[in-house]
Amino acid sequence: MQDNTDKILNDVTQNDYKYGFVTNVETEIIPKGLSEEVVRLISEKKGEPEFMLDFRLKAYRHWLTLKEPEWAHLSIPEINYQDVIYYAAPKKKAKIDSLDKADPELLETFAKLGIPLEEQKILTGVAVDAVMDSVSVATTFKSTLAEKGIIFCSFSEAVKEYPDLIKKYLGSVVPYTDNFFAALNSAVFSDGSFCYIPKGVRCPIELSTYFRINAANTGQFERTLIVADEGSYVSYMEGCTAPQRDENQLHAAIVEIVAMDHAEVKYSTVQNWYPGNKEGKGGIYNFVTKRGLCKGFRSKISWTQVETGSAITWKYPSCLLMGDESIGEFYSVAVTNNMQQADTGSKMIHIGKNTKSTIISKGISAGKSQNSYRGMVKMTKRAVNSRNFTQCDSLLLGDKCGAHTFPYIDVNNKSSIVEHEATTSKISEDQLFYCNQRGIDTEQSIALIVNGYAKEVLNKLPMEFAVEAQKLLSISLENSVG
Amino acid sequence: MLKDKIYEDFNLNRNVLLDNFSEPIRQLKHKAFESFVKLGFPHIKLENWRHTNLKNIIENDYKHCFSPSDKDVDIEQLFQCELPEMDTYTVIQYNGWFMSRNNDISLMDNGVIIGSLNKAFKEYPEIVEKHFGKYTAVEKRSLEALNTAFAQDGIFIFVPDNVKLEKPIQIINILDADTNLITQPRNLFIIGKNSELTLVHCDHSILHRQSLINSLSEIFIDENGFVDHYKMQNKDAESTLITTINVHVESNARISTNALILNGGVIRNNVNVKLNGKNAQADLKGLYLVDRKQHVDNQVFIHHASSHCYSKQLYKGIIDDDARAVFNGRILVDKDAQKTDAYQTNKNILLTDNASVHSQPQLEIYADDVKCSHGSTVGQLDPNAMFYLRSRGICEHSSRMLLMYAFASEVVDTITIEALKYRLDTMVSKRLKGELSICDQCVLHCSEKAPDFLKMDFKPIV
Repeated sequence: MQDNTDKILNDVTQNDYKYGFVTNVETEIIPKGLSEEVVRLISEKKGEPEFMLDFRLKAYRHWLTLKEPEWAHLSIPEINYQDVIYYAAPKKKAKIDSLDKADPELLETFAKLGIPLEEQKILTGVAVDAVMDSVSVATTFKSTLAEKGIIFCSFSEAVKEYPDLIKKYLGSVVPYTDNFFAALNSAVFSDGSFCYIPKGVRCPIELSTYFRINAANTGQFERTLIVADEGSYVSYMEGCTAPQRDENQLHAAIVEIVAMDHAEVKYSTVQNWYPGNKEGKGGIYNFVTKRGLCKGFRSKISWTQVETGSAITWKYPSCLLMGDESIGEFYSVAVTNNMQQADTGSKMIHIGKNTKSTIISKGISAGKSQNSYRGMVKMTKRAVNSRNFTQCDSLLLGDKCGAHTFPYIDVNNKSSIVEHEATTSKISEDQLFYCNQRGIDTEQSIALIVNGYAKEVLNKLPMEFAVEAQKLLSISLENSVG
Repeated sequence: MLKDKIYEDFNLNRNVLLDNFSEPIRQLKHKAFESFVKLGFPHIKLENWRHTNLKNIIENDYKHCFSPSDKDVDIEQLFQCELPEMDTYTVIQYNGWFMSRNNDISLMDNGVIIGSLNKAFKEYPEIVEKHFGKYTAVEKRSLEALNTAFAQDGIFIFVPDNVKLEKPIQIINILDADTNLITQPRNLFIIGKNSELTLVHCDHSILHRQSLINSLSEIFIDENGFVDHYKMQNKDAESTLITTINVHVESNARISTNALILNGGVIRNNVNVKLNGKNAQADLKGLYLVDRKQHVDNQVFIHHASSHCYSKQLYKGIIDDDARAVFNGRILVDKDAQKTDAYQTNKNILLTDNASVHSQPQLEIYADDVKCSHGSTVGQLDPNAMFYLRSRGICEHSSRMLLMYAFASEVVDTITIEALKYRLDTMVSKRLKGELSICDQCVLHCSEKAPDFLKMDFKPIV
């Protein structure tokens, strides 16, 4: 039986990437390399106001003084930042406000991705802002949202139409000085999504962006900014894919969330970038800075992520719990396979009184991959009566992979309680035997156990996403589930 | 700056630090010194030193003792053991040097050798050279390199195969000088097959000057051997104590360590264990009760290099006043170390808003058939338990004492030497009441809290 299990686990770890197609959409690209001119060029191409250019240039100059972070449990091949194309946009014709006018090839792409805009529009009522090669191509349901006073548009549009909001919030959660990749993004970001929920509005539909890197050699540097005003609620979803290429592509995004008094933001991600082939060739480098600021009283930010792709993931969605009684949550399933490496986790910085946070992280590693959880929970002196619970479990499939846990716990007051627990194990023979005994074959048993293991997190995803996430998880189990 | 002083000291004292040793040892020491020059003192940018800043400490000037003291010291006068009830073989380390009235190294009837490492280099070179420096990472860890370069003396214990020492060996490390002192004691303990050894390691300082101890012990446990190691740290607030224990455990052998930290200025304990053979076991425990401006940093690294090994860590602490506690426990499971069981627990109680805790329990696992877990908590006394006691008419102060005592006793209860356990039990409860400085037979000079008349001969009622 052991052999059989091994065989199945082996199969599990040998699947091909399904989304590795290239779309032949004409793109407008600028030459490779990064310099002050390139930053100016990007800003000019986008027709940005003065303050944006200033912001970019400051970030660029700061970036020059920084070094890549080396503390993560990752081996990152040297990246030549001069060999990246920093701007690639699908050639724009007229401005699109309905789907019929969109490029049919583009629509085709999205259909292949399993997010047909059309279908979603009708069936699920999800508003999608799709970002392809860093430029936002279509925003659906805009008019419905506008009625409620919700702003949901591409970042470039927001810069032009709501400069005051952008000026106020851009970089307020993730300053360009934050880290190497944040500085890089701030200097060269090409587009992204902007979302503003006015006071007391509960966003009636789930907002969604889809990222896709299409052109070769391009980096994707998008930026998302979500501002939830007093008493508002929004659920935001993000998905990512990329075509199969031999070179590594760079993705360095920033997501900033601001939640005011009583506001709640739920941010879900299904990350399915191309992970590279079995020998570890190609794949996306996913170096993302995501941070939420619970600014107001009883505000709440919740991160849910399902990470299955990317050759290298470096990502720590965090919450700054500044408002009293604010709540931060982080739920994550990270699957690594073949030669993938992931160093991911969360940071919860408790600043306000009576703040609460929860971290649930489930790592699954297979093949020769390395999967690390790295998290920080900090209780400042002011954060009296605060509470944190952290649980991170790792599941090992196969004997060549690694699973690691690096939590950091800092407590500076006497009334806060922090709990952390972690376990690492493989699917036990007892569990398999139990299933077998009840007539479930080994293949299905593994699927069952893995799904059950991740259930706690998958349950937190919005329904449409949960289905997709489960599908993604079962892709890695495909050969075993018949 | 201490660093300059160290360069100077090393170059001026090459004759005693290098020339007195045999060729392989000399080479190792030389290499270690070069490595220290390259690495320098640890600083807070290093991952393992993020919360322990040596900057102010190494700006001071300290003096090395390059030869044993010729002062005729009467140990009885200087110092009274805190564990008088315990029946032990006692060895004294005075300012880093082995001290004895009679023999510097003695061979017992059962083949056990106890004595000065300095003498052992000369009299038992083949044993010493086989193990000295073999379990120490001089290229990576600068303080271990520094110790190796400056190592002159320390305690050497060799237990041959099939010998069980019935009495524990107690090592008393005393600092006594009228200047700021740095000592770098180096100990080597070799335990043969099927042998057993119990070590009680006490650190004391008698001087009221600033001191810096950078001690390093290497322990080699051969197949089926067992070492039970206790460390008691009860020092004054001026001292900085950095200890490193590097343990190499062969198959079926076991190591148990128990670090009991009751007082000190800055304390840093590194325990590195390599489980190198099948069924090797490590059981590491620690208890730290810190207050005022004390700083305690426990670093534990367990390397599972072989299959079917077992390790367990339990570190608990109560942090009061402005004190700071750091725990960094790392478990590394190699690719071939299947069927590993590794557990790690760190629990802390914070009593004030100025106290802080930094806990980093880490797992690094490259094998799949393992059971590993870790847990870390920081919190307060359980309000329900408090309520239970209060509702039974116990005053708040006593309830708190009871609960803290219960919290600490999980570690104290694991002590297997009855006399030591009893003693520590009283010490812990006194410590929690803030009365340790007035404890009987105290010679710690840490009496700022206690008036003289309280220092009476006091025997607890059993």
